Amino acid sequence: MTFMHAAARLAVIVVCVGLATPAMSQSDDLQEAQQLLKQGQVDRAMERVDAYLKTKPKDARGRFLRGILLTEQNKPNEAIRVFTDLTRDYPELPEPYNNLAVLHASQGDYDKARSALEMAIRTHPSYATAHENLGDIYAKMASQAYDKALRLDKSNQAAQTKLNLIKDLFTTSRPPVVAVAKTDTTPKAAAPATKTIAHAPPPPSSAATPKPVVAAKPSPVAVAAKEPVKAAPVKTEPVKATAPEPVKTAPPANNADAVLKAVEGWAADWSNNDVEAYLARYAKDFKTPDGEPRKDWEKERRALVSKPRKIEVRIESAKVAFGDADRATVTFRQHYQSNTFKANARKTLVMIRSGDKWLIQQETVGG
Amino acid sequence: MKRTLPACALATAIIATALTPSSTTLALGNRPLSSVAGNLLGSGPAGGHAAPEALLAQTLLAITGSQFDIALTEINKVLQTNPNFRLAHLIKGDLLMARARPISSIGAASEAPADLIAELQDEARARLVRHEQKRPGTQVPRYLLELNAEQKYAFVVDTSKYTLYVFENHNGTPRYVADYYTTIGRNGIEKLREGDKKTPLGVYHVTRQMQRDQLTRAYGAQSELYGEGAFPINYPNEWDRRLGRNGHGIWLHGVPFDTYSRPPRASDGCVALTNEDLQAITPHVQVGVTPVIITSGIEWVEPEAARNTRETLRQSVDAWRQDWESRDTGKYLQHYAADFSTGKQDRTTWANQKRAVNAGKSWIKVKVDGVSMFLYPGNENLAVVTFDQDYSSSNISNKMRKRQYWQREGGQWRIVHEGAA
Repeated sequence: MTFMHAAARLAVIVVCVGLATPAMSQSDDLQEAQQLLKQGQVDRAMERVDAYLKTKPKDARGRFLRGILLTEQNKPNEAIRVFTDLTRDYPELPEPYNNLAVLHASQGDYDKARSALEMAIRTHPSYATAHENLGDIYAKMASQAYDKALRLDKSNQAAQTKLNLIKDLFTTSRPPVVAVAKTDTTPKAAAPATKTIAHAPPPPSSAATPKPVVAAKPSPVAVAAKEPVKAAPVKTEPVKATAPEPVKTAPPANNADAVLKAVEGWAADWSNNDVEAYLARYAKDFKTPDGEPRKDWEKERRALVSKPRKIEVRIESAKVAFGDADRATVTFRQHYQSNTFKANARKTLVMIRSGDKWLIQQETVGG
Repeated sequence: MKRTLPACALATAIIATALTPSSTTLALGNRPLSSVAGNLLGSGPAGGHAAPEALLAQTLLAITGSQFDIALTEINKVLQTNPNFRLAHLIKGDLLMARARPISSIGAASEAPADLIAELQDEARARLVRHEQKRPGTQVPRYLLELNAEQKYAFVVDTSKYTLYVFENHNGTPRYVADYYTTIGRNGIEKLREGDKKTPLGVYHVTRQMQRDQLTRAYGAQSELYGEGAFPINYPNEWDRRLGRNGHGIWLHGVPFDTYSRPPRASDGCVALTNEDLQAITPHVQVGVTPVIITSGIEWVEPEAARNTRETLRQSVDAWRQDWESRDTGKYLQHYAADFSTGKQDRTTWANQKRAVNAGKSWIKVKVDGVSMFLYPGNENLAVVTFDQDYSSSNISNKMRKRQYWQREGGQWRIVHEGAA
């Protein structure tokens, strides 16, 4: 079903293998421009980029950054031109399409935004940011249709989608991307796991490492529009893309944030009935509650978690204790609410680090 | 797996509740929907006006068949020709929203007023039922006992199906022509009181025609509500008044120009049609002539089935006429039920007056012409008989259109009300 393809927010777990980053060859001008942009000194950043582009007028990275800066300078039409040119010169890069889409959407041109995102996805089918954004575009188009259906007050729909502008090139889509957690050949329609866990601050990144994907700073309009457009509980926080995070290839050993993020993600997958993503959060050597075979346990969880109903799992006052660098115990209060059942419980998860992921090895209630 | 069947839960629910089991056999396969819709339209007598509804219904069926891309294409077609079709916008919204997140019912708009969504869901249900139902073929509603030669068309509204049926008078036999989606009173049927926002059930006639410009002159900007035009009917009729029902201003009319249609229950008691459909029936309306029978659930019969009742009633009317001419007031009065009333006089007062009048005459001639007879919906022992009466006598003559309500008591038809029509 093509519909499913389009609708799918592919829940991909991205495995980031050591990144031979072309960013290393970045010139000083460009690096400085990026720093300046981070500090909000947009005009000065632009000077650097322009200087850089004088020597390398065709350079994709420089032009991309210029597009970002033009967007920051609120010159959407010029930015659109820059990104359009990039899609023409580098049709294989998904990022310019994505940003083009964001700009089109900001001008209310959702059809164009949609086509651009579809191009981005065509070049990189697992490109999570584009999927996220496409979902938002559809939601926005839907809300326009709803407004017509219900003749809702126009003031209510001055809504803008908050889309993710990609701020750097060559970092998000390059790492090999592995889609896991497929039990059959049907692509999964599932809310992306990380989308729901925007509570955690972005992982710290050193100045030298370019940050992959940064959620666009919500413009004042976007902030105002947040409420009417987004009803799903998963959308209550600024969205961060499901993108590989190269900075985390060597995370600090006892990164409590990363552990908590994994727990939040687990709760979110559960809330979203996303059973595959949910199960993927359990380690291979997960100790099943009653020592039953993993298969049986999975079967039971599958039945419970995938049931299409409203589930909300919230986590409160979580505490992380590290046994060693690769092992942490998380205790928290779990608020579980479905349309039929509500329960609060203390829960303890034993988490182990596996590559750049934290997985659940043991799950106990009480204590 | 989060294959929550995004948009389809909605239509599945609808189909399950609203449609006959046969609907599930309406598999679309991979044929383009327009051809399916075209075939449906081509086979039915409903005509081109039904296209938006047929396309909409096809869209919903496509959703249940998980053909979401087709559904979106089809719904866009509907909106291209009918940009104000609110239900179509809602379904389009659902089809798009389902790509952003799973949805479980028609109208997944967040923060939308629940009553508005419910109204549009009702319309979806009503239109699906209409789309799926069998057209009457040769059958007719049993109320249409006899149309007179002047009555070219008759309208029968089935409030339970939110449908107005048009019948053509084909040499005295009603023949189905078309049917249209209608909106009825917000609070349903069996109007009793002024302001109860209910649609009356009964036998009515169109009393006036109000065109667009007349409406503007009479009601100003407010008249926008009536759309293309309006046809007031004679609620409360003689029978309603007899039963103490009141209220006024029950019309057939269009819808505001900013919408294609209104939800099934939204009017203050009027019967509203899309402007397109109102225009389609307008040529069929004869002011003062065209009957509008409003019923909840139509009893369909073959035209011959009405023959016995029609003949008996005809004979009763003719016997009444003859007995009046005979000046045998006793016999004449036997045609009137014990609870007869004219609305102003009870039977005794009226009978005394008749005796006195008839006694003063040496001859009476009564001609009855252009008889129409309708059974009353919900009361098979009540019939509305209308005719042109040409009365002449030794001292006075007059012509009038008369309406009588005949009631069957113990196999005998008797008059319970009569007056000028």
